[in-house]
Amino acid sequence: MKKTLLAALLTAMAAGAQAEINVGVTLSATGPAASLGIPEKNTIDLMPKMIAGQKVNYIVLDDASDTTTAVKNTKKLISEHKVDVVIGSTTSPNSLAMIDVVAEGETPMISMAAAARIVEPMDEKRKWVFKTPQNDAQMSTALVEHMTSNNIKTVAYIGFSDAYGEGWWNEFAKIAQARKLTLVANERFNRADTTVTGQILKILSAKPDAVLIGGAGTPAALPQKSLKEKGYKGVIYQTHGVANNDFLRVCGKDCEGTVLPSGPVLVVAQLPADNPVKKSAQEYVSKYEAAHGKGSVSTFGAHAWDAGLLLANAVPGALKKGQPGTREFRAALRESLEQTKNLSAAHGVFNMSAQDHLGFDQRARVLVTVKQGAWTFIK
Amino acid sequence: MDLQILLLLGQDGITNGAIYALLALALVLVFTVTRVIFIPQGEFVAYGALTLASLQTDKVPGTVWLLLGLGIIVALLDGAKLLRERRYAKLPPLLIANIGVPLIAAAGLFAMPPAQLPLALQVLIAMLLVVPLGPMIYRVAFQPLAGASVLVLLIVSVAVHVALIGLGLLFFGAEGSRTPAFTELSFELAGAPLQGQTILVVVASALLIIGLYFFFERTLYGKALRATAMNRTGARLMGIPPALAGKLCFTLAAAIGAFSGILIAPITTIYYDSGFLIGLKGFVGAIIGGLASYPLAALGAILVGLLESYASFYASAFKEVIVFTLIIPVLLWRSLSARHVEEEEE
Repeated sequence: MKKTLLAALLTAMAAGAQAEINVGVTLSATGPAASLGIPEKNTIDLMPKMIAGQKVNYIVLDDASDTTTAVKNTKKLISEHKVDVVIGSTTSPNSLAMIDVVAEGETPMISMAAAARIVEPMDEKRKWVFKTPQNDAQMSTALVEHMTSNNIKTVAYIGFSDAYGEGWWNEFAKIAQARKLTLVANERFNRADTTVTGQILKILSAKPDAVLIGGAGTPAALPQKSLKEKGYKGVIYQTHGVANNDFLRVCGKDCEGTVLPSGPVLVVAQLPADNPVKKSAQEYVSKYEAAHGKGSVSTFGAHAWDAGLLLANAVPGALKKGQPGTREFRAALRESLEQTKNLSAAHGVFNMSAQDHLGFDQRARVLVTVKQGAWTFIK
Repeated sequence: MDLQILLLLGQDGITNGAIYALLALALVLVFTVTRVIFIPQGEFVAYGALTLASLQTDKVPGTVWLLLGLGIIVALLDGAKLLRERRYAKLPPLLIANIGVPLIAAAGLFAMPPAQLPLALQVLIAMLLVVPLGPMIYRVAFQPLAGASVLVLLIVSVAVHVALIGLGLLFFGAEGSRTPAFTELSFELAGAPLQGQTILVVVASALLIIGLYFFFERTLYGKALRATAMNRTGARLMGIPPALAGKLCFTLAAAIGAFSGILIAPITTIYYDSGFLIGLKGFVGAIIGGLASYPLAALGAILVGLLESYASFYASAFKEVIVFTLIIPVLLWRSLSARHVEEEEE
């Protein structure tokens, strides 16, 4: 009698659990990428708790910006928590390492990291992987256009000595050379460096018209401050990795006039009213600021928000083909994500295809400059 | 490469080297007296710099709460011992020192916005908030294990490091801070610009090193520390309590760390986890001195600074590799030239 009751209870619980959608999240809330991971984590809390009448559970794990932990978290999410989709991780190395695990577990994954290699070249494994941040190539093109139209002939590069700096150099060098820009120096520095004097002196001795700094977050302020301190007068470009208010705080007046590409969400209030992204970006900004205070929003959290939007858009279609918790549902969710069309999000408009698992076009980037200590929209 | 670049790189290397030298000295001090390889040394750099930065932005730094928390733990540990031994007269000073003072500090910070105070006073407050953490950490984490092997002490030291990093992220957030320069002065030296802040770092480090020399040579406490470093048992027989020596050297180490942090905060952005790498480079310097010789450690640290600076010019992508590879030939040379003396007698 007792046993049957227990069995009935268990089946009831299992059935109850099955009807719920489980979303596994692994992100870098601590460690070197914490400044990106924390706003992402805050954004997960703002995501819808119900999609198409189904309850959604978010299981959030911290991978401490560590690749091994990200892989471990993903395995745990898939095998123990039986999640229907994985969101994460914050950094490119982590996301790249997770591809094998999600492909084996046949679980769709939406990455919040930038490297193009996460979704390219498309193959049997990457068909399970989607990502929300713009590719470095798209951002590089915008920068190179600005350089050529401002009569810049020679450019020096200084970037992080990791995947971010390397990735930017590869993309930027390719496009810049195609547009006849001369690259006169290529230097590296570490996130934790206390000085970049050596690299800056080398760059200055090459006398470039412009310098591009390929770094993310406040560490990217260090080369900029050193350049100004040594009296550099040319244009300084940054990448979209610096697009948060902490960068402005640390860099101070040395950042005046810096030009960088960014997702439209950074300057949402200044966008023209006919911009297709304005409304959807504004929605995220007001939700985030309502929860965390004015001026707290960052573009990194918006990548997480976009992952949530993709999911909310894909779930209704997938529900027609299977129950959450089953293999059919996960496969249907993957197909449904791939068919995302004209979805306005905080960073751009998604149009996915079997070959393109990012789906952004030029509407996903704007050029921004720093004027009087604030981000200012140029075009 | 011309003379100007050479000079600028040298200047940069010596500035960093001076900070590494201070940390190397603190590491040697802590190791010789307590046999602890003090990995959290770098955290004091970050805590010092970031506490000052929070004071300047009118925030109450999280270090106050850590100070209070550790103070309460120390008071409980020592209070229980005093009660058991019925030494009631010693209780009030213990409570005042470990709980009263942090409480007054917290109340003071809430009552008076520190951003308006003069810079010197802010520096003093930051030091007062960070330095007592040193002896408290010794009391809580290391004193109960004072007799354990170097390996056990190293493991505890790693644990303290990880705990402090985590707390640092909680207190100061993931983003870095920079404090305004102490001086806007700037000179020309042989055609190369020289920042006043750079001179300040070098002069302050030199003064501190000279101060330490006199402390060890001329004062009773300094001599007690040296005696403990030379022979722990012997010093104990001469009436130097090992707990006192341990607390004293941790206080010094914390003071040196926090002061270094305050010195470099205006020239670079400090993050909650920046301290580790700075401390590690100080450690390379200390290794060059065999974790025993102060002058060699200081010279080694300056060598690390210079090497780092020139490496960043010639091969920036391999800078860290070059700096840390230095440790291999040094270890080879040390293990071949010096006769190995087994220190542990367990």
